[in-house]
Amino acid sequence: MSIFADHSTRLVVQGITGRDGSFHARQMVEYGTNVVAGVTPGKGGQRFDEKVPVYNTVAEAVRETGANASVIYVPPAGAAGAVYEAADAGIRLIICITEGVPVMDMTRVLPFVRARGARLIGPNCPGLITPGSAKIGIIPGNICMPGRVGLVSRSGTLTYEVVNHLTRAGIGQSTCVGIGGDPLIGTNFIDVLRAFQDDPDTDAIVLMGEIGGTDEQKAAEFVTQHVTKPVVGFIAGQTAPKGRRMGHAGAIISGSSGTAEEKLAAFAAAGFGIMKRPLDVVELVKERL
Amino acid sequence: MNIHEYQARALLKAAGVPMFEGDVASTPSEAEAIARRIGGTVVVKAQVHTGGRGKAGGVKLAANPAEAADVASRILGMTINGLTVHKVLVVPAADIATEAYVGLIMDRETQRPVFMVSPAGGIDIEEVAATTPEKILRLPVDPVYGLLPHQAYTLAFFLYRDFAHVKAAARIVEQLYRVFSENGASLAEINPLVTTPDGRVLALDAKVTVDDNELERRPDLALLRDESAENPAEVAARRANLTFIKLDGNVGCIVNGAGLAMATMDLVKYYGGDPANFLDIGGSSSPDKVVAALRIITADPNVKAILFNIFGGITRTDDVANGIKTALAQFPVKVPIVVRLTGTNEREAVQILTGIGMKALNDMDEAVQQVVAAAKEAA
Repeated sequence: MSIFADHSTRLVVQGITGRDGSFHARQMVEYGTNVVAGVTPGKGGQRFDEKVPVYNTVAEAVRETGANASVIYVPPAGAAGAVYEAADAGIRLIICITEGVPVMDMTRVLPFVRARGARLIGPNCPGLITPGSAKIGIIPGNICMPGRVGLVSRSGTLTYEVVNHLTRAGIGQSTCVGIGGDPLIGTNFIDVLRAFQDDPDTDAIVLMGEIGGTDEQKAAEFVTQHVTKPVVGFIAGQTAPKGRRMGHAGAIISGSSGTAEEKLAAFAAAGFGIMKRPLDVVELVKERL
Repeated sequence: MNIHEYQARALLKAAGVPMFEGDVASTPSEAEAIARRIGGTVVVKAQVHTGGRGKAGGVKLAANPAEAADVASRILGMTINGLTVHKVLVVPAADIATEAYVGLIMDRETQRPVFMVSPAGGIDIEEVAATTPEKILRLPVDPVYGLLPHQAYTLAFFLYRDFAHVKAAARIVEQLYRVFSENGASLAEINPLVTTPDGRVLALDAKVTVDDNELERRPDLALLRDESAENPAEVAARRANLTFIKLDGNVGCIVNGAGLAMATMDLVKYYGGDPANFLDIGGSSSPDKVVAALRIITADPNVKAILFNIFGGITRTDDVANGIKTALAQFPVKVPIVVRLTGTNEREAVQILTGIGMKALNDMDEAVQQVVAAAKEAA
């Protein structure tokens, strides 16, 4: 059926009255996501769009509405604080959309979240969508359709491109997860691969990686040992120069490490179907379903 | 964000790291004055954001103040890896007994700052790691507790036998950690950390890279940015809130989203073309951003054709179409433009483009093939 989020997800939107937060809260409600609460300090007691109750704190929102997942749209300066607050309030799934969170903050946030048994996705990510059930974040709902292919990606619009190809070819998705483009993130490829492997309703996995770091290489190793479902992979940035941040803070070839070549070699060694371009996803997935 | 060696030295000095005196000069006469103040032989070092300064002739010895002025006049204005030298650092030519390496990086795997130290200093640490990994000690630091005293000593004992050196080095690694954590660095490095024949331990060269995400809350660090040391088009792009990286090809690319922008460059290559740049207009795009992007790309004489690749999510494709329309009314674009857009407000966008006699494609592969052909025809 899905991973991480479905009909039972009760979502609180942190920063619901802000520019981005209100826009996307509306889209999520429209999609059918169960948005049970919003949080903006100082605006407690109001109702968002005359419907969703707004609270001053996440703890209050959890107490009053039973929220079990949170999505964060607050500006970078407050994003780390918002994650701490959600984790402390007992939220189990925290999705941080915010781009520009200082990495030093993340070094402290990540162990804090783990110690409370919560999962953080992001920061600097498009969130996730379980087509037909729940959309948490900013992935456009209209390009997705329910199905049995799981997708995990470090980017946003590139994910849309690939999902769009799948949907147009009539291949639906179980869940699409954007893990984010920052160097330090809460949920990595392996975490999502493990969840897809355990999900009885996912038959194949698409993994969209990019240059920088070793997360893709580790993912390939993990697949060799623990994943029996077919995996199709892509690496963005094959033409990227060394030593430059390609938009995403984490998309940088440092010295000679993190190149597309080494990642593709790891994919090949793990038996992935390798996409040379986004369009290839359709044929490669079809062959494996 | 990269900062210059002299700026990194100032951060280290403020934290108490011992180093040779020295100062930065923008003119030969300033360099001469600094050399006179220091006395004896000095080293004049080009301040540019690139490696290989020594090989390029950007680091030179000068035996006296007059020679320092002469050397500085040759280094100032020279170009190293495409970057012009505007400043030189003048430091004493040190009497060195040993050279070690001390570095601190933000490590993605452990998700912590990790120290890397080696008694084999003064050379490329990546090379040491590749050829003699046993000469490097890696030590992750828990940011909640900071660098603990025994960890500082572990690092220092790996570098030195003499306990006086060890004590001095332990203090220096603690100070370096403070520089790293207090300034939100992604890298802080002393290479080399030297001992002198009279038993002192000093930092000879320093490098600090600051996490770009720190700059909003740290305007004092943002001030350290030297725009004259960067590609002018990249500076203009940053001011317009665009991410732009110049490349060598002739197909200009304007894309929303970093991953899609990289994949677009790759696809240009896949279809036999050569991308001229990486350009991400970001999420919530305004028409102004598109105008700025077109201005930056058309300023590159290598560009023979331009591709827009927009997948509308938060980005409204009609905003992009309006940006194209506005730009074309403001300044002439002499090279062909191929537009691919799909997603949010696509119908409105197509209408806007049709109104100015432009076609909009829906498919990324088709658009890339067209723009590659157009660039080839024009080249």
